[in-house]
Amino acid sequence: MTIASERVATPAAERPFTPEWLGQVFSKGLLHVAVIGITLVWIVPTLGLLVSSFRPLDQFSSSGWWTALSPPFKFTLDNYTGVLDASNLGQSFFNSFMITIPATVIPVTIAAFAAYAFSWMKFWGRDMFFLALVGLLAVPLQATFVPILTTFVNLGLTPENVGFVGLWLVHTGYGLPFAIYLLANFFRALPTDLFESAEIDGAGTLTVFFRIVLPLSVPAIASLIIFQFLWIWNDYLVALVYVGGTPEVAPLTVTLANLVGSKGQDYQLLTAAAFFSMIVPLIVFFSLQRYFVRGILAGSVKG
Amino acid sequence: MASVTYDHVVKRYTADLTVVKDFNVEIKDKEFMVLVGPSGCGKSTALRMLAGLESISEGQIRIGERVVNDVAAKDRDIAMVFQSYALYPHMSVYDNMAFPLQMQHMKKPDIDKRVKNASRILGLDNFLQRKPRALSGGQRQRVALGRAIVRNPKVFLLDEPLSNLDAKLRGQTRIELQKLHRDLETTFIYVTHDQVEAMTMGDRIAIMNAGILQQVGTPGDIYDHPANLFVAGFIGSPTMNFVPATAQNGSAKAAGFEVKLPKSLPAGKKGTLGFRPEAVTDRVTDEGNALQMKVDVVERLGSDQFLYGQVGGDSVTARVDPRMKVDPGDTVKLGLDTRSLHFFDSETELALL
Repeated sequence: MTIASERVATPAAERPFTPEWLGQVFSKGLLHVAVIGITLVWIVPTLGLLVSSFRPLDQFSSSGWWTALSPPFKFTLDNYTGVLDASNLGQSFFNSFMITIPATVIPVTIAAFAAYAFSWMKFWGRDMFFLALVGLLAVPLQATFVPILTTFVNLGLTPENVGFVGLWLVHTGYGLPFAIYLLANFFRALPTDLFESAEIDGAGTLTVFFRIVLPLSVPAIASLIIFQFLWIWNDYLVALVYVGGTPEVAPLTVTLANLVGSKGQDYQLLTAAAFFSMIVPLIVFFSLQRYFVRGILAGSVKG
Repeated sequence: MASVTYDHVVKRYTADLTVVKDFNVEIKDKEFMVLVGPSGCGKSTALRMLAGLESISEGQIRIGERVVNDVAAKDRDIAMVFQSYALYPHMSVYDNMAFPLQMQHMKKPDIDKRVKNASRILGLDNFLQRKPRALSGGQRQRVALGRAIVRNPKVFLLDEPLSNLDAKLRGQTRIELQKLHRDLETTFIYVTHDQVEAMTMGDRIAIMNAGILQQVGTPGDIYDHPANLFVAGFIGSPTMNFVPATAQNGSAKAAGFEVKLPKSLPAGKKGTLGFRPEAVTDRVTDEGNALQMKVDVVERLGSDQFLYGQVGGDSVTARVDPRMKVDPGDTVKLGLDTRSLHFFDSETELALL
C-alpha cells in the first residue's frame, strides 16, 4: 500500500507548481494541520494538569495554570508528597494489580476459546449466539449495577466474603462481548487453507487452537490485553459500586478519589494523584504500543 | 501406495446445486492422474472429497480396498499440497515439515531423519531454520511438497500447486514434479485448469466440465480422439478449429469448402467439423482438400507460424511452415490433412469419428 501510493505521488511531486502539485501540497498540509490541531486540543488539558500538579496551593487556587509558564517560576513537589503521605497508597496499588491482572487474563482467555469456536467450529445456532453476544455491546453497564449487586449480595459474593472475586467476575462479564467480537473477527480472517492443511496433518481442534491460531493471533490478543488492562486499571465506577465501601480491596482510583475531603478540601492533591495513577497505564501502553496499532487494524484490514 | 476409486460419487450442496455428478474414475496404483477442467467444473471438489475436506453426498470413494467415506482426513493416509501452499507462517521450514509427524506422535530422531531426507530431495537443506515469509515462491512450494513427502502417504493430492509460480519456474517445477513422482513411486492426483500441465504431466487425464466427467485417457489418446466437442475445444493450443458442416455421402460440406471424411456418415447429418491447426498446412497434397483462407492475423513464433483467418466466413487457424511469407490481408491456399478430422453431432456434441 505504502509503496503504491508513493509511486503515484512521485510524478506530480517532480513537477512543482502545477495544479496537481499545489493540490497535493495543500491537501497534505491540511491533513497535517488537522492532525496537529487535534493532538494539541487533546494534550492541553493534560498539560495543564501536569503543570498544576507542581504548583503550590496558594497559586493553584488563585490563578490559571498557564501563568506558571512565565517567570517567576514557583514549582513544588508538595502535592506528590501529600499524596504519598495521605493514604495507604501501597495497599491500593497492590489492590489495583490484584484486580486488573486476573480481570484481564480471565476474560481474554475465555474470549480466545469462544472466538475460536465462533469462527471455526460448526454448531447449532452459532450465528444467532454470536449476534446476541454482539448485541450485548449495546447494553450500558450502569443499567446492570442494581440487578447484579442484588444477585451478588444474595449469593454472598460481597467483598467481605470473597475479596476481589466479585470484581473479577463483573469485569469478565463486561469485557467478554467486545473481546469475543474482536478476536472472532481476527480469527475468521485467518486463511481457510491453514485449517484444512492442519486437519489433514492430523491436528485436532485444540492442537489447531494452541499451535496455529494462538501464535498467529499474537497482535490481536496483545491489543485486547492492553484494552482490557487499561479499561480496568482506569475504572472508577465499577470498582466504586462493587467494592467502594471496603478499603482493603479498593483499587487506586477509588482511594485517590477519597483523598479529597468531604467538603472538597485538599483537591489540589488530585492533580498529583491523577499522574500517579497514570504511571502504570503509560508503561503498559508504550511497551506494547506496536501491537496496539497493528491489532486494531488487524481485524478489518489484512496485511 | 494404493489405487483410488471414485464409484458413482455425487457432491450436492443444496437440492438444485450439484457440483459433482455421478463421478466414476479408477486411478491405478502409482499413477499420475490429472483432473483438469475450467474453473468451477468440480475438479477441486472431487479432490477435496478424497482428501476428506468435503463430505460425499452419494457414492463411494475407496483408497485401495478401503472405503473412506466416513474416515477422518488425517486417517486416510493422504497428503495434500494446496494452491496457496498453506504453510504455517509462524513456524520454520523444519517445523512446517515436522508438524504432521509430530501429530502422529513420532519420535524426535525419526522425525529428524524424515525431515532431513525430504529437505535433501527438495534442496531445502539451507533453509530449514527460515520462516516461510523469507522464502521465494518456488521454495515455499517445495516446503509444501516436503510437508507431504515426510508423511510417506499412499496418495499425493495436489491442488493447482503451480498456479502461484511465474511461467519459467512453473516449467521447471513441472519437470521436478514428474521426477518426484517417479522417485517416490506413489499415486499422484493432480488438479489443474491448465491443459498444458495436464498434457505434459499426466499418465492419464480426466477432463471435467460442469460437474460431469467428460473423458478419461492418456494425453495422446485424448488429443487424438476427443470424445466430444468440449474435450476437443479444451485440449490443445491454439484450440481446434470448429466449422459448422453437413455430412454428404462420404464427405462433409462446410460454408467455404468440402472435404472427404475417413468414415462415411449418414447423409444430411448436421454437426461441427473439427480439425486442429496443425492439420491445416501449406502443403496441398490433394486439390480436393484445399482451402482458400483470407488471412487476418499472422503470428510468427520462430518454430511455428500461425495464421488466423476466414474460410467461407468461418474462423480458421492454420499452422504453417515458419518460412512461408504471408501478410495480413493475403488469401492463401492451404491443404487440410483429412486423417485428423473430427465430426461432432450437432445435438449430442459427441464425436462421430
